[in-house]
Amino acid sequence: MASYFQVAPLALVLLMFFVVPVALVTAVSFFRYQMLVGIVPDFTLKNYIDLLSNPTTWSLYLSTVKFTLIVLIITFALGFWIAYFLVFHVRNLVTAIGLFLLCTIPFWTSNIIRMISWRPVLGKEGLINSALISAGVIHQPLNWLLYSDFSVVVAYVHLFTLFMIVPIFNSMARIDKSMLEAAIDAGAGRWGVVWNVVLPLCKTGIALGALFVITLVMGDFFVVNVMSGGLSGSATSGIFNDLQFLNYPRAAANAVILLVIVLLIAASIFRLVDVRKELVR
Amino acid sequence: MAANPSYGPRPWTFYVLATLFALFVVFLYGPMIAVLILSFQGPSASLVFPLRDPSLMWFDELFNPRRVGDVVGAFSRSLPLALMVMVLTVLISVSAGFAFRRRFLGSSLIFYTAIASLIVPGLVLSIGTLVTFRYLGLSASWYTSALGAHLSWALPFGLLIMFAVLGRLNPSYEEAAYDLGASRWQTLKDVVVPIVFPGMIAVALFGFTLSYDEFPRSWLTVGTKNTLPLEIWTMTTNVTSPALYALGTVTTVVSFVVIALALGSIVIIQRRRSTRE
Repeated sequence: MASYFQVAPLALVLLMFFVVPVALVTAVSFFRYQMLVGIVPDFTLKNYIDLLSNPTTWSLYLSTVKFTLIVLIITFALGFWIAYFLVFHVRNLVTAIGLFLLCTIPFWTSNIIRMISWRPVLGKEGLINSALISAGVIHQPLNWLLYSDFSVVVAYVHLFTLFMIVPIFNSMARIDKSMLEAAIDAGAGRWGVVWNVVLPLCKTGIALGALFVITLVMGDFFVVNVMSGGLSGSATSGIFNDLQFLNYPRAAANAVILLVIVLLIAASIFRLVDVRKELVR
Repeated sequence: MAANPSYGPRPWTFYVLATLFALFVVFLYGPMIAVLILSFQGPSASLVFPLRDPSLMWFDELFNPRRVGDVVGAFSRSLPLALMVMVLTVLISVSAGFAFRRRFLGSSLIFYTAIASLIVPGLVLSIGTLVTFRYLGLSASWYTSALGAHLSWALPFGLLIMFAVLGRLNPSYEEAAYDLGASRWQTLKDVVVPIVFPGMIAVALFGFTLSYDEFPRSWLTVGTKNTLPLEIWTMTTNVTSPALYALGTVTTVVSFVVIALALGSIVIIQRRRSTRE
């Protein structure tokens, strides 16, 4: 009984500010949009048919998927090896915690500011271009450094790698070191230990990290917009555009499509790993 | 560990990974430091290096509302909002964390709803909250709809941290306290809270910063008056002077003060506890 009292405030907030809003978005996605009138209650699939038959929607989703995969691969590689370094190579625990905090501190500062801070670095007259020019490597500034797909990926990696490091670090820190010794004694090489012992034992951490990175990149609009200079879009850009024209039904339909995709990805990750069991343990 | 024993010469992989780590830290902090330096740019108003005639003029500009947006007003909303989210996140997620130590009917449903709330794209939730408030006939404002939208994200984070913290709280400690004749209140005060307290500070830190820096969930839910991240967003398109960098420096300093307070208090608590033993 006590459990219900303790969990009631959480349940109430989730109901008010998650379940009801998502339910209403779903309802509105079947409403009709009329010029000058606005939202008209109805049950129509027109919004969905409009969206799915529009090539722009497909190209936006394709570009989102592309960014998601690239960012997922880079953040996983970085996150795994940085966590590995902190857990297995740093010998002093206090040093390891200190270095871990060094990685996490930027997470607690503003994302927008961190995004903007790439401008003086990657810009036409930025640090990298001027350094390369004065070193004589190039004669013309590189234009593709800023306001390009490259800078979008840089910003994503900058903002989201932490979401890989923390869960993987958490799983790795719980690995019993004698297990690795046993693997070595049984004749495993350096890679054998990583591949057959460390990697499988970090499954939960990797799954959680991937879940965070995928949902953050898929749900992002602002990084793509700022860092590509408006050249690239994301699935969310479509929603943003519809909102500008106050076409709530179509924005809602688009939001529902995005939500369904994200939840399907999450569900398939949860099928692979029982995250809750690992967390509560 | 035999592959990397804690004595003797370090393996070559140490040096490779140490280099990777160092480069990552430069990647993480380099741009922030560039902005910090450039916020002291002189009257040349150049947005790039080199720094000419360092001055504080752009900080002065920032607090002059005629030139740039309403930074002071935005800050005076963002700060109380973040503090409210912080307090509510601690109270609600700590309480819920304890509930989840026992299995109860519907616990899985609430858990997965919380996870879904964590991963739902911020903009989707922003639209949903706005539509909900419209249907209820309420107007959106930073202390109602934005507060709720922020909580829907901060609470699941807080809950996950509480899982990690309470996972280390062995129920036999409490049972031992009861067996020794402690009351429920004494057990809570002298056994549970001391163990859980550093975790509660971590939850508070998350609650504060998730709200203070949140953009997508604030976008449609703050109503007519902007919070700080929205003000910065507007400035990125309007303001083409180092005032933008100055604002970046000011908000980052505020964040660092909050982080230092949180981490510092955890260190002090741990130290006090170890000397008492």
